[in-house]
Amino acid sequence: MLARRIIPCLDVRDGRVVKGTNFEGLRDMADPVELARFYNDSGADELVFYDITASAEGRELFTDILRRVASEIFIPLTVGGGIRTLADFDRVLKCGADKVSVNSGAIAEPSLIAAAAKRYGDQCVVLSMDVKRVDGRFRLFAKGGREDTGIDAMEWAVRGVGDGAGEIVLNSIDTDGVKNGFDLEMLDALTARVSVPVIASGGAGNMEHFAELFTHPGVDAGLAASIFHTKQVDIRDLKRFLRDRGVEMRL
Amino acid sequence: MTAVLDYGVGNLFSLQSSLRVLGLETEVTGQAEKLRAADRIILPGVGAFGDARAKLDETGLVPVLLEEAERKPLLGICLGMQLLFDRSFEYGEHPGLGLIPGDVAELREDLVDKTLKIPHMGWNRLETAKEDPLFRYFQNGEYVYYVHSFYARNCRESTLGVSQYGNLAVTGVVRRGNVWGTQFHPEKSGDAGLRLLRAFAEL
Repeated sequence: MLARRIIPCLDVRDGRVVKGTNFEGLRDMADPVELARFYNDSGADELVFYDITASAEGRELFTDILRRVASEIFIPLTVGGGIRTLADFDRVLKCGADKVSVNSGAIAEPSLIAAAAKRYGDQCVVLSMDVKRVDGRFRLFAKGGREDTGIDAMEWAVRGVGDGAGEIVLNSIDTDGVKNGFDLEMLDALTARVSVPVIASGGAGNMEHFAELFTHPGVDAGLAASIFHTKQVDIRDLKRFLRDRGVEMRL
Repeated sequence: MTAVLDYGVGNLFSLQSSLRVLGLETEVTGQAEKLRAADRIILPGVGAFGDARAKLDETGLVPVLLEEAERKPLLGICLGMQLLFDRSFEYGEHPGLGLIPGDVAELREDLVDKTLKIPHMGWNRLETAKEDPLFRYFQNGEYVYYVHSFYARNCRESTLGVSQYGNLAVTGVVRRGNVWGTQFHPEKSGDAGLRLLRAFAEL
């Protein structure tokens, strides 16, 4: 059977990893290529890179970094951030990305998912969603979680999968940064509606949170940034811990 | 020299990078004389079987590929592996290269547990069924990375390794004579995958 996946996420701005690197060894760990190598060696199952650059220069730095990472790290790479057109898909795929994650770009232009799935295959298109509870409903947010779209998040997910999204990253704004555990209620609501792999994001604070996450059978992977970047949690230790709890892990 | 056949299907970046890291002289090519000059050939591929077969035909290289497969190692990866079989039932019926007996069918059709996700995407354990030089540096039970919705069946004789998915023993590695195939992506399977490629390069 498939192993559950542990996925570190690297937010890159102007060529540096920006989130949660305020710890010792900062200089090295803030270099995305070094960090990618470190995660590859410590047993990460996949890497996610988000380009949070606004400028054209930053974008070029990002694709350069991606190319360097993809030249030496041989595990799946997912890339997101600023993906709005098929040309954006093309640009990152040519630099060695295996999957491309769309978020605000798909909200602005919903036909992007179907067009990309048709050209590159479903397995290549990841729908990333920032979701928050509003009036007791799960609401889809855009622009890095700053803008309420008014769209029902679960409806959006079902539509995205129907259009060809091959995987979903669910980032709960409600639990993000709180480090109090993943948003299991939100995840259950999603996995009840879609049949593609679901990656949980937002809320990981310790190893126990991952163990709790993987008691939910519909969740395929756990994604986190700062707890890994700060070395608060070591990926290999985490995977051993989970395996001892009966979770299938690639070790 | 290892020739990677370029017929306009899929992204060859990772495959090229992994061969480079292994220190192998590699040529990504769509030319017959390069295939003839190569020590071994890799047939990559992603996407739909019918499209890939059509594109392969357009290159006019199928006769060369069949000829060279008689005298040097050939490795098909993912869809490239599926192309080695007699036929595929992906959106209709399409002829394969007929290098390995068997056919390619939808996973969904044969999976009993309908809640299992398709594509079969992620890391699964490869259980080796036979000894083979391809496994020289590979340990039985190591994880490899799969992304696919169709799989090879009716190919027991050529099967070297499988991965369990629900009730199915998904064909992972096949071999017949000089021709090998992996359903998973060795170039995305971390260190274990690189070791498989290294062994192929030494064949």
